[in-house]
This record gives sequence, structure tokens and C-alpha cells, in this order.
Amino acid sequence: MASQDEQDPRISKISSAIRVIPNFPKPGIMFQDITTLLLDTKAFRDTIDLFVERYRGKDISVVAGIEARGFIFGPPIALAIGAKFVPMRKPNKLPGEVISEEYSLEYGTDKMEMHVGAVQAGERALIIDDLIATGGTLCAAIRLLERVGVHVVECACVIELPELKGRERLGDKPLFVLVSST
Amino acid sequence: MSAYREKDPRIHGIQSRIRVVPNFPKPGIMFQDITTLLLDPKAFKDTVDLFVERYRGKNISVVAGIEARGFIFGPPIALEIGAKFVPLRKPKKLPGKVISEEYELEYGRDCLEMHLGAVEPGDRALVVDDLIATGGTLCAAMKLLERVGADVVECTCVIELPDLKGRERLNGKALYVLVESH
Repeated sequence: MASQDEQDPRISKISSAIRVIPNFPKPGIMFQDITTLLLDTKAFRDTIDLFVERYRGKDISVVAGIEARGFIFGPPIALAIGAKFVPMRKPNKLPGEVISEEYSLEYGTDKMEMHVGAVQAGERALIIDDLIATGGTLCAAIRLLERVGVHVVECACVIELPELKGRERLGDKPLFVLVSST
Repeated sequence: MSAYREKDPRIHGIQSRIRVVPNFPKPGIMFQDITTLLLDPKAFKDTVDLFVERYRGKNISVVAGIEARGFIFGPPIALEIGAKFVPLRKPKKLPGKVISEEYELEYGRDCLEMHLGAVEPGDRALVVDDLIATGGTLCAAMKLLERVGADVVECTCVIELPDLKGRERLNGKALYVLVESH
């Protein structure tokens, strides 16, 4: 569900603070740039508050953030709800023992890693990224957490690109977004 | 100056949560892993609080965080003190027009980029990263901010490796750290 449907008054300022950059990283792609949102102190604050209001008091013990823009939104949410923050990283960045999950790209594959021991079986987790497109990265993150017995409660993103059908790719995992961009 | 020397009671808990991983990324390096700190909600909150207490009310308008671990500590600080968060990134990650600053590595060179327009002349800025080693990355970050007319008030890190003399490389710019590791 998108909170846009409920038209929280904070949403329109958040949406207008996001800058669209045509033809990045390649021709035909309209890139959703959240860095301009981070320059608007009230809109950035509102973004975090909307997530925190949704997840506070729901017994969430883990906020997993996907490198690198998930590192910007995840920690403030984790701190506010009293959860651990767990970075999900590209290969060879995490220094300790890791588990890896491969996933498909448009051309080729990539890998996502998480530290062994960061999360325990039975923990309740959120996964955070700035944006969901095809859902491939979020799916890899879900699999990593479920492999070690964590219950993924919801995936949360600032922006959804609904035409890329990422929501369907998440299957039975709920998705919460603030802004839907067509 | 280091809060370590001031023996703030929170420092011990923070330091004890940092994991040292030997021989990463290569033999002989004792890697300071902050991901274990992020798994302790109280210690992570104390870390952010120590920075916020120092910088609140000092008219800081920009917190610049260095990719990627500076993205974890910078935004919570920025949100609490009411400053913009500006990500400083590796090449080709930022989608809009950027300025770049090259810097030396042990072998070869690397480059840090910032979006044009993110920072304005007269902005008072902090630079945040998880750790200062030789100071090369922090220097490049300071140069980027100064080139657009910002006043870099202080560089701030969780950890300093004093044997690598990064503090001296900062050209007189103040450095604040929570923990020193020899």
C-alpha cells in the first residue's frame, strides 16, 4: 500500500523535493534523485517520521538497509524505533564472515552480502531502500534474511516505479512506499 | 580532541562494540568494523548523541557524509541538528552535475564527487566518516566543500588511527573523534 492514497499532507512536499534526472545512468532512464530531498531538512525529517510512525511499537528488532542509499534512510529509522541496523552490501565490502545471495540484473548477475551473526532466527525485520524498481535487489535481501530464519515484516522504500512491477516480484511480502512515480 | 580522553561514560560501551577484523582488506591491516556497533541500539544511539551534543546550536547547515559508512552516521546527526545531508560519493554514482576532487591512495588515485548546488557559499559544514586513517579521503572532502565556498567547521569520525597521522594531514582543520585505536 502507498501512503499516497491516504494523502498525508507531508507527502506532496516529499514528492516535489525529489529530482528527476533524464538519461541516467543510460539513455531512456528517468533517474529518481533523492539527494535533493536530503537538502530539504523538513522534507527529510517528514520522510523518516512517516516510516517511524508506521513501525514504532511493532516489535521490529532489525532494520536492514541496502547499500548505499538504504544506508541514508535505514539508520534514522532504526534509531527511532530501537532496532539494530544491518547493512546489506556489495561483495567484498564487509570485513567479517558473510553469507551471500546472487541475483539477476538486466544483463548478468550481482551479489549481496550480510555479516554472519548480525541477525538471529526469529527476529522481525524491515528492509529499507530509497527506491523499488524491478524488485530484484529487495528480493535478494529478503532471501538473505529468511535463510537465517528472520521474519521479514515489510519492505519500505521512499519511491516505487509501479510500471516495473516490483511489488508483484515481492510475492507475499508487503511493500510500503511514500511516493509512486509513473 | 577526543571524547575518549574526557572519559564520557558512554565511550567505553561504544569502543567495546567495535570489532577488529585482522588481515582485511589485506594482510597486516587490523580493520575497525563498526557494523557490530550498529547492532547495539543503545551504543549506536550514544554515538550519535555524542556528536549531536557537540554540534547542536552551532549554526551548522551542512553535514557531508563520505560514502558509504559516512552515510550511516551523517544523516542521524543532520536530522537532529537541522542541517542538510550531502553525500560525497565515488565517481559516477551521483546522477546530476558534479564537482570532483582527486586524491592519492597508497597505490594509485581515487576521486570523490559532490553535486553542484548542494552546498552554498557561507554554509557551515561538518565532514563525517566512520574512521580517519591517513586523512586522504577527509582532505578531498574538505577541498570539495571549500571549493564551493563552504566553511568546514570540523571533521568528525567515530574512530581515529593516530599512528597514521591523519590529524596532521587536515591542514589545521579541527578533528573530533570518539575512540582512538592503536
